Amino acid sequence: MASGTVSLGTAGRDAAAARARRLPRVTGRGLKAAAARVIPPLVVLAAFLLFWEIACARPTAGLPPPSRVLSEAWPIIADPFFDNGGTDKGLFWHIFASLQRVALGFFLAVVVGVLLGTLVGQSDWAMRGLDPIFQVLRTIPPLAWLPLSLAAFRDGQPSAIFVIFITSIWPIIINTAVGIRNIPQDYRNVAAVIRLNPLEFFWKIMLPSAAPYIFTGLRIGVGLSWLAIVAAEMLIGGVGIGFFIWDAWNSSHISEIIVALVYVGVIGFILDRLVAALGALVTRGTSAA
Amino acid sequence: MTAPAHLDLSQVGISFTRSGQTTEVLRDVNLKLAKGEFVSIIGHSGCGKSTVLNIVAGLLKASTGAVLLDGKEVSAPGPERAVVFQNHSLLPWLTVRENVALAVDKVLAKRKSRAERAAWVAHNLALVNMTHAADKRPNEISGGMKQRVGIARALAMEPTVLLMDEPFGALDALTRAHLQDQLMEIQMRLRNTVIMITHDVDEAVLLSDRIVMMTNGPSATIGEILPVPLARPRRRLDLVEDQTYVHCRAEVLEFLYARHAKPALAA
Repeated sequence: MASGTVSLGTAGRDAAAARARRLPRVTGRGLKAAAARVIPPLVVLAAFLLFWEIACARPTAGLPPPSRVLSEAWPIIADPFFDNGGTDKGLFWHIFASLQRVALGFFLAVVVGVLLGTLVGQSDWAMRGLDPIFQVLRTIPPLAWLPLSLAAFRDGQPSAIFVIFITSIWPIIINTAVGIRNIPQDYRNVAAVIRLNPLEFFWKIMLPSAAPYIFTGLRIGVGLSWLAIVAAEMLIGGVGIGFFIWDAWNSSHISEIIVALVYVGVIGFILDRLVAALGALVTRGTSAA
Repeated sequence: MTAPAHLDLSQVGISFTRSGQTTEVLRDVNLKLAKGEFVSIIGHSGCGKSTVLNIVAGLLKASTGAVLLDGKEVSAPGPERAVVFQNHSLLPWLTVRENVALAVDKVLAKRKSRAERAAWVAHNLALVNMTHAADKRPNEISGGMKQRVGIARALAMEPTVLLMDEPFGALDALTRAHLQDQLMEIQMRLRNTVIMITHDVDEAVLLSDRIVMMTNGPSATIGEILPVPLARPRRRLDLVEDQTYVHCRAEVLEFLYARHAKPALAA
């Protein structure tokens, strides 16, 4: 690292050495490891794009090749922030609207799911009563709830949020219940000896102890809700990435659909990693127990 | 004893029913402790000695008989009967200090101000020499250290009776000896009433005023109570050839391995 610098005094060299010690990752080996992780996906991606380009090169092909996707959809890629009123908005606004629905629906699912999961995990009676119902309800596909929620709410926005809620709540309930059931008797004994009341027990013992399980449920839940929102928005209309895709299909803008799908995939991946990172942060002590 | 005992177990028995079959684990356990007394309960594994402790702690309910602490019947767990658990039972998501503070903040909330409680947590960590690791999490410290924190947490509740369930059972011999010495030193200062479960004969003789020896289960009960008339402070090295020590040790060994050997071992 110091080899690139021309003439350092003793003090300068010491400072450089100190910096090198503080940044142990910026070494030849670190770069090599990073390259080993980054290069294979890039190679595979390039090969896939090349294959796609060749396969769709004929003018009669059903799908546009990547080069044409790029040129046709360039306006929406270049300016995701335009807003011409109504539903004629940039991709950013559509994704933002979808994320808002997911955020609200998922937040409600977390609150209700953790509480219900705690109830099911804590009480044998609730477990016997609720578990069969949950097991049946959780197999219902998200979109099947949409007509029912439209009938109940008579509006697209709350219906979409309800679909997110009902889709993501099951893994949260089930994982929370398992986490609560797995709280070691030792922790319960400690809580009993110091006489924590039920509310303190919930906040100070149950939630942190079950956190690794809860976050597994949250991660599955956020993935499912992102799956569901795109489908739901295709049906309810309004601003949203799902509506954008359906609208593009109706206007035969296949290239725009492909760009939107890339965004959907990337956002879904980021959501998953965000929840995973949050979980790792919150449970850093517990999981190593 | 004419005065009512500080802690009084009378005719305590417990049975467990599993799939229609009832097993009597303890029967007619009678034991009286004076204030400040250190009593250990020793017996083969499975004889129900931990069950006795859990009944005194209130974590298990006796089927027959009762436990009285200062004349009041014990019916639920509480901080005046603090427990040092066998496997330390520290909460892994809290630091050492937070583990002790959780108990202190709950138990002493009415008696001490916030600042006093923080000082009391620090004081108890210092008592077991754990101040240096106060901000570490349990998975970052050794087994012996965890057990010391467990003891600090129990002592910090200002218990009337300290209950210890094989506190040093999971530790290596050197760490165990070290912690025993520390415990004796703390006990000299605080004069707690202590019930300790152990399966280690030397530990029982070294630490106790009396040793309660239990018969084998099912229907285990107290076989014999042996007083240990050794002066305190006791020093491990001085005791090795002490006649009283050797005699007590022999008595316990005789009880455990001759008169009440485990059936499986005797065969």
